[in-house]
Amino acid sequence: MSLRTPLGKVMGLGSAKGGTGHWWMQRVTAIALIVLGLWFMISLVAIGDLGYHSTIAWLARPLNAVLLSSFVLTMLYHSKLGVQIVIEDYVGSPAWKVAGLLLSVFVHLLLAMAGVIAILRIGAGGGS
Amino acid sequence: MVQLTLPANSKVRKGETHTAADAVGDVRRLLVYRYDPDKQDNPRMDSYEVDMDSCGPMVLDALIKIKNEIDPSLSFRRSCREGICGSCAMNIDGTNDLACMRAIDDVKGDIKVYPLPHLPVIKDLVPDMSNFYAQYALIKPWLQSSTPPPPDRERLQSKEDQEKIDEPAACILCACCSTACPSYWWNDERFLGPATLLQAYRWLVDSRDEATGERLDQLEDPFRLYRCHTIMNCTNTCPKGLNPARAIAEIKKMMLERQH
Repeated sequence: MSLRTPLGKVMGLGSAKGGTGHWWMQRVTAIALIVLGLWFMISLVAIGDLGYHSTIAWLARPLNAVLLSSFVLTMLYHSKLGVQIVIEDYVGSPAWKVAGLLLSVFVHLLLAMAGVIAILRIGAGGGS
Repeated sequence: MVQLTLPANSKVRKGETHTAADAVGDVRRLLVYRYDPDKQDNPRMDSYEVDMDSCGPMVLDALIKIKNEIDPSLSFRRSCREGICGSCAMNIDGTNDLACMRAIDDVKGDIKVYPLPHLPVIKDLVPDMSNFYAQYALIKPWLQSSTPPPPDRERLQSKEDQEKIDEPAACILCACCSTACPSYWWNDERFLGPATLLQAYRWLVDSRDEATGERLDQLEDPFRLYRCHTIMNCTNTCPKGLNPARAIAEIKKMMLERQH
């Protein structure tokens, strides 16, 4: 049982003087994802048969490789910000919260590296 | 982790039934949440039949009639019975509302009455508001100004500036909005909740206040402010028709404005 006053409890550790950057980047990445997502869907339709050789040729063009890696990175950044919010919302125990946040960061970083390297290898023609 | 089920001693059971056998008029049934901390029993839902011929039109009228004529052990808060004191806020027919402002005729079937969600229950429909009031105190809800007022009159404010605080100042602090917010349920000690943030906004946009920067500093926090994910339950449930969600969005815009 805590005998701390209600005001003491809600004052807690004070204001973190942060959070605005997180909130803003979630909006910025959301807007970027609308544009990049539309570009990606239109591109897939434009490739047409989606066969192996036509897809490789599409990805070999530098602009497509740049935009596709931007799409992957933006999506994973947006996802990292969102998963962080979900964990902070629902996980009350400090230990589980820290473990969840760390795991989320590591998984997102690994996926980002894997995505970009895959695009580079295929785009640069080294993927065999 | 999140606890998804109620603890065994919090599970709500079926309670007593009070019938209105000698009713002459239309009979409506209220199902009311009952909890007595002095007994070891679980909370229960008591059923009361009310003769509408001798009862006023509002849910509060029915509760007062039950307490006066059927079961004096029922506890609830009420004062003004005209929607300005905020005392009789409770969960009626699934939404938070003032019992004095909710007409019985607007509810179909049995009228289910619970205390405001996710607050500790002191007894029956009386929740513990200490945390809510402490959060209100945290935002320093009074005018802060280094400039002394003019010696011969009050501090002046233009009509346009006055209109900015008209709506947020109409809040009666009934807590319907905050207790309707899932973010407030999960993080009630760290997230300030819509009611307190609406009041914070009321002082942020007051043209006479000179502590805007300090006020924003106090709010700029991933939990105090940014737990709001704009699901609008607050605006939906406000018995006074106010818009706390918009006020919170305006605070976030102010945070951004001072950085760019």
